[in-house]
Amino acid sequence: MLDVASLSVRYGAIEAVRGLDLSVARGEIHAILGANGAGKSSSLAGISGLVPSDGRITFEGTDISGRPPEEIARLGIGLIPEGRRIFSSLTVSENLLLGGAEHGSPNERKKRADEMRERFPILRERSAQKAGLLSGGEQQMLAIARALMARPKLLLMDEPSLGLAPQMVEAVFDLIVELKEEGLTILLVEQNVPMSLDIADQALVLAQGRASFQGTAADVAASTAVEGAYLGH
Amino acid sequence: MDIFIQQTINALSLGGIYALLALGLAVVFSIVRLINFAHGEVMTVTGYGMWFVLLLNLPVLLSIAVGIVSAIVIAVMMERVAFRQMRGADVTTLLITSFAVSQIIQVLFQNGISARPVAVVLPDWLTASVMLGPVRLGMASILSILVVCAALIVLRALLTRTVTGIAMRAASEDFAVVQLMGISANRVIATAFAVSGALAGIAAVLWVATRGSVDPLMGAIPVLKAFIATVVGGLGSLGGAVLGGFVLGAVEVYLQAFLPEAALPYRDAISLSIIVAILVLKPDGLLPEQTSRRS
Repeated sequence: MLDVASLSVRYGAIEAVRGLDLSVARGEIHAILGANGAGKSSSLAGISGLVPSDGRITFEGTDISGRPPEEIARLGIGLIPEGRRIFSSLTVSENLLLGGAEHGSPNERKKRADEMRERFPILRERSAQKAGLLSGGEQQMLAIARALMARPKLLLMDEPSLGLAPQMVEAVFDLIVELKEEGLTILLVEQNVPMSLDIADQALVLAQGRASFQGTAADVAASTAVEGAYLGH
Repeated sequence: MDIFIQQTINALSLGGIYALLALGLAVVFSIVRLINFAHGEVMTVTGYGMWFVLLLNLPVLLSIAVGIVSAIVIAVMMERVAFRQMRGADVTTLLITSFAVSQIIQVLFQNGISARPVAVVLPDWLTASVMLGPVRLGMASILSILVVCAALIVLRALLTRTVTGIAMRAASEDFAVVQLMGISANRVIATAFAVSGALAGIAAVLWVATRGSVDPLMGAIPVLKAFIATVVGGLGSLGGAVLGGFVLGAVEVYLQAFLPEAALPYRDAISLSIIVAILVLKPDGLLPEQTSRRS
């Protein structure tokens, strides 16, 4: 579904991602693991068009390299950015509305927002509140719901469990599995290695902007690549 | 007391014009971090648009409509031609670009029409005054207050009830994420410029109505005042821009009315001192922008 060939992302003189190859098949959860600064977030930023990148990115057979982020989003790639980045001065409803802004009629948007409020009851309770007043876990639910409003085919998730309480982390991982069962393809960047490998089909270990290991989640779990990546070998 | 009421009406009407201009600056600044000093030239274009229509002996309402429409067109054109190429540049580069745009338009009017003011004569009913009990009220002042209120209500509805308006508010917080929602950056920015143009156009009509003439530099002073108003209110904050406009209008009008004659030449110095005092007490302005903007 998504094919990435020799993706590079540079910030000035720093090369955050160097020649990454990655292939995500429809319906799977693909995990990208690695230490801080390994280039995980930069890879997602490159794929979603948020930062300029070199290399070739193909989505469902369409070359999307170099396209602006809004076009990539409209093709069906959703990104839940690191740190959630909900619009804190907007209400919960307004956040949801913007998630579906480019999709369907006002009625369709309303229908989707109702579905989200059903799925995440907390969003219904807090509908009219400023999103900045939500707790971290609630903000993460809102960020996910906002991305789902567009009914993406591929969802890129950047550290969805970061900074959450343990039960919230569980809830987020359960939700990811649920979304997969509903047919969504997910590319998941995570620090929580055991839980990610537990739910992922495929996994890739990034170290210094390169893939140091790639395989099924079971292969990665059995190898020493993850330890190596975190210890900096 | 009568004088006080009269001056309050004047303060509200002048403050309202500053508020509209300041809002236009703030709408654009909150989204693209550009302090558009060519905003004054949007007013100038409106003024000459009105002048041209009246020159052809066409109705006043048509001249107002043409004035406001040309303001929207010139504001959107400025973005398309000049500022879009500079998108993402730092604040200083954007600021200097806006000075360039401002200079070019000023020179075009100086050379193309005249460096001297041309008269824009509006009908008597606009410049007349009515007696309300013991208080004499200028039609223009009353109209101006009503028009400003209407413009603020419409803008509020746009920003809270339309998808593009909500996207504009979101963009002032985190532009990249707005794009991640599939919303076109160009559309949001062009709308912001159109809104700021419309506000400047309305302000210009009110400004010209009280002055009766148009000249190539007419926008410079009001836009400078509007810039002060946005800073007093909190740069980038829309509510702050409105409040700052009214505060500045009130300070100017009351000083003009109630300062002893000997102190009048120092009016602007005193009013700016008051502004500086406000900023010393509230360095981020009266209603600072709330933002989770990332670096």
